[in-house]
Amino acid sequence: MKRHEKESEKMAAACGKAIAVALICLASLLGRSSAQGGGDLKFCIRTEPKTFNPLKVEEDASSAIRYLTGGVLVRVNRQTQDLEPGLAQSWKVSKDGRQISFRLRSGISFSDGTPFTAEDVAYTIQQLMDPALHSPTGDAFRSGTGNVETKVISPSQISIRFPAQVAGLDRLFDQVAILSEHSPKKEMAVLGPFMVADYKAGSTVLLKRNPNYWKTDEQGRRLPYLDSIELDIQPNRDVEMLRFKRGELDLINSLDSEYFDKLATTSPQLVHDAGASLDSEQLWFNEVARSPIPSYKKNWFRSANFRRAVSEAINREDLSRVVFHNHAQPAAGPFSPANKFWFNAKLKPHPYSPDVALKALQSEGFRLENGTLKDKEGNEVVFSIITNAGNKYRERMAVLIQDDLQKIGVHVNVVTLDFPSLIERMTQSFDYEAILLGLTNVDLDPNGEMNVWLSSSDSHQWNPQQKTPETSWEAEIDRLMRAQASSSDVKKRKEAFDRVQEIVVEQEPFIFLINKNALSAVSTAVHGAAPVILSPQTFWNAERLTVSAK
Amino acid sequence: MSLGRKLACVVLVLVLGASAAANWLAPGGYSRQYREATNAPPSRLHWLGTDEIGRDRFARVLYGTRISLLLAPAAALLSTLMAAFIGGLSGYLGGAWARMAMAVTDLFLSLPWLFLLITARALMPLNVSPLVSVLVTFLLLGLLGWTTASRVLCTTAGALRTSDFVRQARAAGLPGHRLFWIHVVPNLKPVLYAQFWISIPVFILSEANLGILGLGVAEPMPSWGSLLKELEGLVSVGEEPWKFVPLILLVIVVTSFQLLLSRQEEVAA
Repeated sequence: MKRHEKESEKMAAACGKAIAVALICLASLLGRSSAQGGGDLKFCIRTEPKTFNPLKVEEDASSAIRYLTGGVLVRVNRQTQDLEPGLAQSWKVSKDGRQISFRLRSGISFSDGTPFTAEDVAYTIQQLMDPALHSPTGDAFRSGTGNVETKVISPSQISIRFPAQVAGLDRLFDQVAILSEHSPKKEMAVLGPFMVADYKAGSTVLLKRNPNYWKTDEQGRRLPYLDSIELDIQPNRDVEMLRFKRGELDLINSLDSEYFDKLATTSPQLVHDAGASLDSEQLWFNEVARSPIPSYKKNWFRSANFRRAVSEAINREDLSRVVFHNHAQPAAGPFSPANKFWFNAKLKPHPYSPDVALKALQSEGFRLENGTLKDKEGNEVVFSIITNAGNKYRERMAVLIQDDLQKIGVHVNVVTLDFPSLIERMTQSFDYEAILLGLTNVDLDPNGEMNVWLSSSDSHQWNPQQKTPETSWEAEIDRLMRAQASSSDVKKRKEAFDRVQEIVVEQEPFIFLINKNALSAVSTAVHGAAPVILSPQTFWNAERLTVSAK
Repeated sequence: MSLGRKLACVVLVLVLGASAAANWLAPGGYSRQYREATNAPPSRLHWLGTDEIGRDRFARVLYGTRISLLLAPAAALLSTLMAAFIGGLSGYLGGAWARMAMAVTDLFLSLPWLFLLITARALMPLNVSPLVSVLVTFLLLGLLGWTTASRVLCTTAGALRTSDFVRQARAAGLPGHRLFWIHVVPNLKPVLYAQFWISIPVFILSEANLGILGLGVAEPMPSWGSLLKELEGLVSVGEEPWKFVPLILLVIVVTSFQLLLSRQEEVAA
């Protein structure tokens, strides 16, 4: 009897296994069929694309289209932040950092069927570096005077030589979408996963799957899975949110914290907080010697102890919690921890300590009288913070800072200005005392910020266009930034830039406040989405996304 | 006095009384930040909840009422008097005077005020106290807001000038200035009142919008305009109904004033 039972148990187990295998096979088949007809993705871009020429891209909408349609030689993986092969199988940068050689994949065609060769790469570089084109992407490659030389070695090999060293040269090619030299469709012939099929000005841009896209998945199926992507031009974020809630849109690429929380209360499965982004918000004082502000105020602003005291009196935790509803992290320094390689991990955000700040100010000769801080000469410490009107997060940050500084006797007047007036004061008249603004970082490499840190630069915001560095620490930053830019040794570059970050935190020319989190929303109909902090956060892997029927 | 007017009187006395007693009714003040209770719903501690950075909304409404109820009517009065002087007088005089006044009015209407206001802001120092900022804002609104009312008054005064009773008074030998004060001005009063009351909510909303130019009421001082900005981005009325209190208050106060005005008009008639 027992034997019978054992046999019947074995039979049942075998049958169960067979059914399970059959179910797995069926599921696999179903999965395969949905992956092959991946559906239609729909989301909003906030402005009209200014151009479809990938070399002329300078705003977000055109940049999104370039990302989805352009084929690049190398691609920065938005998740790992590593550089991966694209149209180039391999590449090599020369020791002097002036030359890069690519070995290209063969048998690839543009979307219109025109074959892709090294001639197309040479043509693209010539177009990119043509001064008449005014390509913002090309500006990153302009390291010195002279021509860029391209040498086509074979249809699948090319070397490009620049007149001077270009730091982080290979990563810059992530932004260079290759054009066809011979296609009659010009820039509309593409090598990326999608191609522009239709454009209705002010309404939509329709992208269709590129049938000639070269990439395949692990099973050998040709990518992308999606049939099309419809980009609706919609500047109004309220409308975008309502349409997403109604199921008319599949994703929102960049959410602000208020919308994120509203959506999270009703549909927590739709929202994604990828953590601290590369973007920062910071405050800085006017240190320009020729600025039309009283000299005693210039003395305060040019004192590192004064700047540090102000920094220590600001409650960054509250800025993150109150203003950004915990969707921001107190900033430690110029680079966000999100920048995995270049962030100096030794740096920590300033702790909130108004008592320490007040003591530091008193040691500098400031004194607190009836709740008002006064300097050695008896001047009340009063200054204005300007920020751009209409940005409610910055306005709220300014009001919180105003309240924090009041606790150490510093009176702050918050002034909101229209953006052009603010920029005019910041760059032309220098008629301001302190500014609260943000920095949007798209480049992981510190070379993308050379214009901020070099004292001679126009964008060295606290004291631009210095003929010679006015302080010893600015001279040191200049030296270190140039040293890291002229080195091809990544370790040495990292050491130099780590020191730059330390000097900035010691001297506080910028008082870094918070790093905003990368927030997004993705419908449950979208499969394969893995939002990240680098742009484009939600559709960086668009070629592997699928959308199920709603 | 009708029930409506009695009610209007009571409402205005209550609102004005409450705003005058703001220091006593909301001792925490309008700028204190309760950072542990941001965007809170109404409670025993915060009757109208708190705003995005934890400030007591009831206190802000009381202090904002004080500012807006004092300064918006003051600006409306200034603009209406200017309109009465330029539009009313030129319409009564007629001919070249009326054409000249209307040319000036048209010129003012055609000026790009946005850019002029930006220039005005650029001329102002950055370090002005919130009180000075609010005074300058309403003064600018008063000085710039007379043009539309001026056109209306010019047309009305022109019609009065050619009306039978004015002709009869003139024929009876009444001097021009007396005729203007005795017959024309009283007949312009309803239009003047209407322009005055229309201007108040317009100026309150303009003050809110001027924030974009760095004018307006500076933080942390509240005004009805800045409180109305909280309604931006609200998806539904039922979501946070207490945020509508400043709007409801604005409607109630303006309606109450208008109810009282209609009584005065009747008495004047």
